[in-house]
Amino acid sequence: MDLHDAYVLLNRSAGELSTRFQRVPGSQILLRYIKSSYQNDPVRSVVELCLFLFAVRYLLAPRYSTTQKGAVELTEDEIDELVEDWTPEPLVPGLTEVEQAENEKRPVIVGPTGPKVKLSNGRTVNNFASYNFFNFVSNELLKDRAVQVLRNYGVGACGPPNFYGTQDVHMDTERDIAKFLGVPACIIYAQAFSTISSVIPAFSKRGDIIVADKAVNFAIQKGLQISRSTIRWYEHNDMDDLERVLEQVKKDMARKPLTRRFIVTEGLFENTGDIVDLPAIIELKQRYKYRLILDESYSFGVLGRTGRGVTEHQNVDPQSVEMLVGSLAHSICSGGGFCAGSPAVVDHQRISSSAYVFSAALPAMLAVTTSETLKLLEGNPQVLTALRENIRAFRTQMDRCEYVECTSALDNPVCIFILKRDGLEGRVFDNEEKILMDIVDEALANGVMISRVKHIHETQGTKPFGWQCVPSFKACITIGHTKKEVEKAGSVVRQAVGKVMARLKK
Amino acid sequence: MPRRPFSSTSPAVPIPVNDIPRTRSSPSSRSAAAKVAQFFSSSPKAVSSPPGYLTASASLLAAQEQSNARAFSPSASLPTISLSTATADKTSDTPMMLFSPPSPEAARKLARQHAEFGPLGHPSHQYVSQHPKGAEIENPIEDEPPYYYLLTTYISYLVLIIFGHVRDFFGKRFKVETYKHLKAQNGYAPLNDDFDNFYVRRLKMRINDCFARPITGVPGRFINVLDRTSDDFNQTFKFSGTSTETLNMSSYNYLGFAQSEGPCADAVEETTRRYGLSSASSRMDAGTLDLHSDVENLVANFVGKPAAMVFSMGYGTNAAAFSTLAGKGCLVISDELNHASIRFGVRISGAVIGMYRHNDMRDLERLLREQISQGQPRTHRPWKKILVVVEGLYSMEGTMCNLPALIGLKKQYKFNLFVDEAHSIGALGPNGRGVCDYFGVDTAEVDILMGTLTKSFGANGGYIAAEKHIIDKLRYSHAGSIFGEAPAPPVITQISTSLRLIAGEVVIGQGEERLRRLAFNSRYLRIGLKRLGFIIYGQDDSPIIPLLLYNPAKMPAFSHEMLRRKIAVVVVGYPATPLVSSRARFCVSAAHTKDDLDRLLAACDEIGDILQLKFSSGLAGGAIPLAPGVTPEMEKERKQRGTLVTVPPRWPLEEVLKRGVKDVQAPLR
Repeated sequence: MDLHDAYVLLNRSAGELSTRFQRVPGSQILLRYIKSSYQNDPVRSVVELCLFLFAVRYLLAPRYSTTQKGAVELTEDEIDELVEDWTPEPLVPGLTEVEQAENEKRPVIVGPTGPKVKLSNGRTVNNFASYNFFNFVSNELLKDRAVQVLRNYGVGACGPPNFYGTQDVHMDTERDIAKFLGVPACIIYAQAFSTISSVIPAFSKRGDIIVADKAVNFAIQKGLQISRSTIRWYEHNDMDDLERVLEQVKKDMARKPLTRRFIVTEGLFENTGDIVDLPAIIELKQRYKYRLILDESYSFGVLGRTGRGVTEHQNVDPQSVEMLVGSLAHSICSGGGFCAGSPAVVDHQRISSSAYVFSAALPAMLAVTTSETLKLLEGNPQVLTALRENIRAFRTQMDRCEYVECTSALDNPVCIFILKRDGLEGRVFDNEEKILMDIVDEALANGVMISRVKHIHETQGTKPFGWQCVPSFKACITIGHTKKEVEKAGSVVRQAVGKVMARLKK
Repeated sequence: MPRRPFSSTSPAVPIPVNDIPRTRSSPSSRSAAAKVAQFFSSSPKAVSSPPGYLTASASLLAAQEQSNARAFSPSASLPTISLSTATADKTSDTPMMLFSPPSPEAARKLARQHAEFGPLGHPSHQYVSQHPKGAEIENPIEDEPPYYYLLTTYISYLVLIIFGHVRDFFGKRFKVETYKHLKAQNGYAPLNDDFDNFYVRRLKMRINDCFARPITGVPGRFINVLDRTSDDFNQTFKFSGTSTETLNMSSYNYLGFAQSEGPCADAVEETTRRYGLSSASSRMDAGTLDLHSDVENLVANFVGKPAAMVFSMGYGTNAAAFSTLAGKGCLVISDELNHASIRFGVRISGAVIGMYRHNDMRDLERLLREQISQGQPRTHRPWKKILVVVEGLYSMEGTMCNLPALIGLKKQYKFNLFVDEAHSIGALGPNGRGVCDYFGVDTAEVDILMGTLTKSFGANGGYIAAEKHIIDKLRYSHAGSIFGEAPAPPVITQISTSLRLIAGEVVIGQGEERLRRLAFNSRYLRIGLKRLGFIIYGQDDSPIIPLLLYNPAKMPAFSHEMLRRKIAVVVVGYPATPLVSSRARFCVSAAHTKDDLDRLLAACDEIGDILQLKFSSGLAGGAIPLAPGVTPEMEKERKQRGTLVTVPPRWPLEEVLKRGVKDVQAPLR
């Protein structure tokens, strides 16, 4: 075949192609368009051709893959081999010595909890470890009311609040708490622990700024972590440091767009027991335009003349706290948590706070118990005075102990004790937690149940978040004990500390 | 009944306010609409059908529509005896009344009891929830509507969004006060972003009266919805102080344990009197009662694991569990539709997260091969461990995880498996022990079994069951056990009593009856809805039955129409589902009787006609039962050869009700 034949063939096939193309409907329009556009503006044709080629390439390209760039090309056999070779670590690491010991010593109460409890080993001891400050657990009135509710509502709400899980009693309880606190609105959650860790991320998102106390509890830490906001810490309860941090943020953010800013702290601190300086914080937050998220889990029901919490105790208008979060499982002895604030704050949580949206509603029995308990508390402010007297009696006994000091505020029924540093000097020990554990055991052997303040140590290699707290133990005071019993318990614990410390002497 | 508070711009279908007879569905106009719909019908999965299919099925559809209309004409003119508008109080004429004590007091008590848990109508209304041994596990077919519906859905959203922006545009200029909270004021950034808030403000607010309806009393077979009205387009609600008793198709009350009387409530009362309402501490401090230890043993025995622990909140169980199980250098692979609590927990743990397409085992295998061979990002170090997290039963789709296939992959790829049985525990399996029980899988094959106690047991909280050393470790590192309050004694008793009932330790036979009734009800309702022509998602045995609505305006319309017929349903749309597939979700309970479900089917049939919801193509089932002499194998062969024409099912209601009970016992078609 010579060149001429090839040329004829090419010509013929080109002719055939063009006749076929002309048969396609609309082909004339396309041709006309291309011809005229090329005559008028050849550049446009080139651009359009490029666009056309790009579109073809885009359509033919494989789907966009999200796999990392540095992926190593491997054959199927190699992958099989790698799969064969791969040996994962066990799902959970083994128990540490402390955990093992704690597992064996964890008290199991037989029968109801109360000022005196029967343990599974058959002994009856004085209970200084429960948050049963006002002995609401044994209140017959509350039990009657709860049974009444049971007979009308059953136990569970069988659904999240937004899917027919909101019962009228929930709305009543929300109203009662709001009224009790003196704020316009309130929302209740099904678990105290999950409340604050869900409230924080509901408001604070990536790019927002949170300034938090270093000693905040674990639930707040998780909330901060999940919010992905920028977090700045200030020294525990140090208002000068807080001001320094706020000033620093102001400087850093001077030229950046305005973002939401929050201060997060606790009323009575779970880890240290001391009290927040609320007036100073309110003053600072207003000056620097921050919103305040206050965790009153331990102060609600305990502080103030009628138990309205730290706002009543320090004469602060509760409405100046934007999000007032509290627990119904501690002093109130029912269950669940709440967040009180303005209607806007509460309504926002009803659709965007995950522990509210994605969890079943609080059982009606617990909701009603909350309302009734608040009524009891409001009608009997003398229980608070009685509680404070008992706290004082216990603290007086413990103050005579040379090895420990109490970090709790005076009105805090959770008395938290740490070992004095100078008392520890010159003693041989390998683990401070172990000393505390011995103290707790020794007290229990003498009929007084106290407990250690628990921490979760990040096990899986994640960086520690927040503050590492000093090991401590705690005694929870209740009005279920007489003053004499409390004094006796105080001296038992004091002697237990003395005995354990004496054993360490070398 | 609440008034329907619509804004004037609402695109929803107008709804007659009074109970006028629904004669407006004349056959001619409806088949015209159907023809228009059919014009767009080109479901991608039906492409392989022969060319004559379209016209044939259209004429068949028209014929069926006509027969439907004929069948309904008598009942349509007599709305008072229409099954679907009848009141809930039907106990007076059920055969159970033969045994009723004579006094009106006792009759009232019985009526109340039946409002919480309906009596079994006939022994044949039972079925065993179990995967047929040896049968292949296929993912349920997701039927697709004609393109017409998808197109109008997108247009609807477009219209809603445009209207929203127009309203915002003028609102921000003329009603500055109402937009104040979205703007920075006084040096404070707004709590809500304008953009984030748009969907809530302009789309959800329109149908807010369909969400978060408050109730009173027990969420059992019937549920008392508080009547409320809104004068300001759903911004606020006013309660009239009355309530309406509606059929409860919305609560997670699978085994019907939401009761205020019976063995559970009696035990709970006793515990409350003895123990009070709290143990006033966390589990690790001094909050562990003998009740807790007992219930943990019961749960462990029930789910078939050596040890278990319980928590006071199901969400919190997951939210804090993963920090112990995974961490830096670990990979957690999660199904794309996993619950928010799992996502929260995994994010907190610090592990890297991988995702695979919902229930797609091939995609999971591809991901596993890629991840194991490539190792950690950038460093290419091997992963410390891989944890695959799935749910037993997915709450929005009604689908189950393919557990046998997961176990197969687990053996090959050596990952750990976490199964969240929030919805499946109690609801699946011949013994109610969840998805392992359903598929006949040994529980030792699954590393962690997690579940909630809220749903099937009428209580509250969650549990984790695993090997003893894992549980021991979890006790020290799970925040819910160290800082969270211990579950309340009454709640614990509800759990333990219901577990004992299911296991047949107390009131022998009752637990079994509950399980079988749930299984029957699930299948009966599903097959009925499919035969009526609705698109239904999920496995046949699943008690979660999503009915696809697609158009956003059909959500409030469906919810209102149902409430008018005294049926409480949940409607969900974006963002809980993909944008196009808004749906109504029915949660079946053992407390429902066949009559209740018939009432629901009749209501769905009527509303389906009004709202044009019957558009299934028949691919996902609902076909007529096999002719005698035809085996499923023969049919399969025909399907492969392409000679099988899928006829869109549009059964008349009578036929559905007549054949339902018998056909439940056979594999659904």
